[in-house]
Amino acid sequence: MEKPRSELSLILRGVARDPLGLMGLIIVGTIIFCALFAVWLVPYDPIAMNIKDRLQGPSLNHLLGTDQLGRDTFSRVIMGGQVALKVALPAVFGAMAIGLTLGMIAGYGPKWLDNLLMLFFDTIRSFPTVMFALAVVALVGPSLETVVLVVMATSIPTYGRVARTQTLTLRNSEFILAERAMGASMTRILGVHMLPNIIGVLAVLAAMDIPTVIALEAGLSFLGLGVKPPTPSWGALLKDGYSLIRQTPWLVVGGGLPIILATLGFTFLGESLRDVVDPKLRKNR
Amino acid sequence: MVHYAVRRFGLALLILFVAVTVMFLMIRAVPGDPVQIMLGPRATPELQARLTAELALDQPIIKQLAIFYGNLLQGDLGIDVFSGRSVTSIVFQQLPHTLSLIFASIIWSATLGIALGAYAAAHPNTVIDRVTAAISVSFVAAPAFVVALLSLLIFAVHLQWFPAIGAGEGFWDRLDHLVLPSLAIGLSWVGYIARLVRASMLEVMGEPHIRTARAFGLSERRIVMIYALRIAILPVVTVIGVGMGFLLSSAVFAEIVFARPGLGKLVIDSITTRNYPVVMGSVLVSTGLFVVSTALADLINAWLDPRARAGH
Amino acid sequence: MTETLLEIDNLGVDYETARGDLKALRDISFDVKKGEIVGIVGESGCGKSTLISSILKLTAPNTRFRNGEVRFKGQDLLQNNERQMRSLRGSDISIIFQDPMQTHNPVLSIGAQMVDIQHRSKAAKADKRATAAKMLAAVGIPDPEARLDQFPHEFSGGMRQRIAIAMALMSEPDLLIADEPTTALDATLEVQIIERLHELQREMHCAVLFISHHLGVIAELCDRVVVMYAGAVVESGDVRAIFHDPKHPYTRRLIDCDPGHIKERARVLPTIPGEVPDLANLPTGCIFRDRCEQAGPRCAAVPPLAGIADGHNAACWLNHKGGVS
Repeated sequence: MEKPRSELSLILRGVARDPLGLMGLIIVGTIIFCALFAVWLVPYDPIAMNIKDRLQGPSLNHLLGTDQLGRDTFSRVIMGGQVALKVALPAVFGAMAIGLTLGMIAGYGPKWLDNLLMLFFDTIRSFPTVMFALAVVALVGPSLETVVLVVMATSIPTYGRVARTQTLTLRNSEFILAERAMGASMTRILGVHMLPNIIGVLAVLAAMDIPTVIALEAGLSFLGLGVKPPTPSWGALLKDGYSLIRQTPWLVVGGGLPIILATLGFTFLGESLRDVVDPKLRKNR
Repeated sequence: MVHYAVRRFGLALLILFVAVTVMFLMIRAVPGDPVQIMLGPRATPELQARLTAELALDQPIIKQLAIFYGNLLQGDLGIDVFSGRSVTSIVFQQLPHTLSLIFASIIWSATLGIALGAYAAAHPNTVIDRVTAAISVSFVAAPAFVVALLSLLIFAVHLQWFPAIGAGEGFWDRLDHLVLPSLAIGLSWVGYIARLVRASMLEVMGEPHIRTARAFGLSERRIVMIYALRIAILPVVTVIGVGMGFLLSSAVFAEIVFARPGLGKLVIDSITTRNYPVVMGSVLVSTGLFVVSTALADLINAWLDPRARAGH
Repeated sequence: MTETLLEIDNLGVDYETARGDLKALRDISFDVKKGEIVGIVGESGCGKSTLISSILKLTAPNTRFRNGEVRFKGQDLLQNNERQMRSLRGSDISIIFQDPMQTHNPVLSIGAQMVDIQHRSKAAKADKRATAAKMLAAVGIPDPEARLDQFPHEFSGGMRQRIAIAMALMSEPDLLIADEPTTALDATLEVQIIERLHELQREMHCAVLFISHHLGVIAELCDRVVVMYAGAVVESGDVRAIFHDPKHPYTRRLIDCDPGHIKERARVLPTIPGEVPDLANLPTGCIFRDRCEQAGPRCAAVPPLAGIADGHNAACWLNHKGGVS
């Protein structure tokens, strides 16, 4: 366990040296910190209504004002970060795991299986993401789980294709050929030799994918088809803000800024990670 | 070229076939009575019976699929369960609004992005290059619907420079109504395309054949515009083709935020009213649009790049 | 006495790098007369490529011309501005590059590119096309009319190098620079292409600066030879003199190591021991000292490129009175 840890710290140090990477690291760190300790950080109960104090502007009591039900926007923003990560992390890791498995099978398995899996990937990619999400939500109804599943399904092909390309390249590399010549089993080759070489690239993809996923969750919630109220999602904040846009700008600002910040943070981090881990990937995208 | 085109569209058809079948099976895979789900609690027995007959739900699944494809090939996407109008005509009535929005977004963002990218590549490390890079990174990440909301807030509600809702009447009014939505959709693309063009331009300018062109005394302008840009533009064409999916997705949000008619608005409205055939018809048409646009991008690429025609 | 076309006089070129200035060329002097073929020989990294890009001034941005002159028809090219250089490129001076697979634009047809490079001619497009076809025929491409519409990837490597030759000679230049034109091709093709090039050169009577590390080709094709080592000229002279009576230890070793020159079956191919010195951190004295078997105390000073016989120059103390001691 010693080696990967030192490698990780090496990568993190590389990211921190890059100004954009450092900024990404700080933003993402803050978001994760806020999400983890949201319960202690929020000044108010994010779903407690207080009609008396509704639609207030920013003040020392309510940093970002209140919504139409008198709920504290700042508290809802902090809690919203938790919801965003609750969707983004499982969706991205799930998609990565499935994509990795399928991609390695496609790259290493027989030609017909490769063709079949590629057709499968192409098919999923052929649905415009939001349209596909809407179709599924319309069928099974909106919920946090639906959002996770839809997001996961739509991003499997990205990981699958990259994993496949990497597997194909590695498959003909000398050290794999040597292993095969020595009679190593397929599981050994895939698990011991290929996996560590592919996972780095996929991790970079994942970091760059998280903003897309956060945006999709927020988008669906904005349309009223994501997480159910009164769960405080950034998208739900925007939904309230949109309907009250002529009364108060603060809900739109309060819901919009964290999304922009989060996407910026993860994008900076992802780009910086990519440059450190695999500069070649820059071209492939 | 013809051979390539036939093969590429063959693949597109195959993908479309699988996609549509998956969608068809997805509907049938939902537990419970589809008629009940689609019509919701308000359904009258007459409506239920009509829908059951229409979707051929009393038939075996293979037969249903066959009927479904039979109708599809005749351009029949089914019947709106409430108004009884043909889904095809409803969808195609809304489609032009969405398409004009998407094309407006592509045109302004690609033009600006390519120009900025080419300029940045020709003058690396100048102020414009740095500013472009900074803007690119910042805007690439901004989701279209957040940009849409913020621009609605700033330019329509507060400054009142542009109309907030609707699609407008007449050419100029329509154009006026397109400004903010297409800004929202295209903004992240400008930076993305600029960066793509810059990187690919710098790569091409370093290739040996550019040195050859210089060694024959061709003007730098001609080298950049004809010899390099034509190659550097190839990835942009692919990205725009694939980006059609993102644009269609972004258009959904832009249409909701700016209360514009279009495919996205149609889908959302139909979901709220549980008007299932309309939802499926819209998703199907947008998927078809996406598949065709990716194939088209590949064809344009093959037309611009003789290597792609032959090699692939 | 034939007229001198190109005179390189004391040329010094540096590359500015993060590690400091890389002294890529130092005190290069030689000349090319009208209609003459001059070969430049040397290992990779000896500065051949820097030399030719300096003549055309197609150098990387971090290149600095430190001293010397490159006179073409008596005019110092280093003083020329970009516009003046551009008017020379592809008209008075043409070049054939090393890798035929990458030398042409991949998305434009051969015909389009060959018409395009006649941009100085006022002729009609159809006439330019006819000229291009004639030139393709001259380098031995069958059915040239039809092949003008094809793209580079539809030609083999040998064909592409023929096209490159056709393009370079189309303007009937006074000086043709050939940068290892056959290195990327196999041996039989190499012979064919060299012969074709030689024929056309005799027809057009242009001077050729032929860069190669293939001694056999140089010996067969060239009138005179310039031997370069680590950014400096170590020996230059008549092709016969260089091959039969080399005056610099490096030239001697180069000839000994040439596979074409080794008669008996050697168990181990001979090589020159040691490494080329770091050009960013030049050692003092003779540049070849560390690898030279005959090095002596005097080699601590840089030997001048001095005349030995008529037109034969070498930079080695061995040719001086007193030798290396």
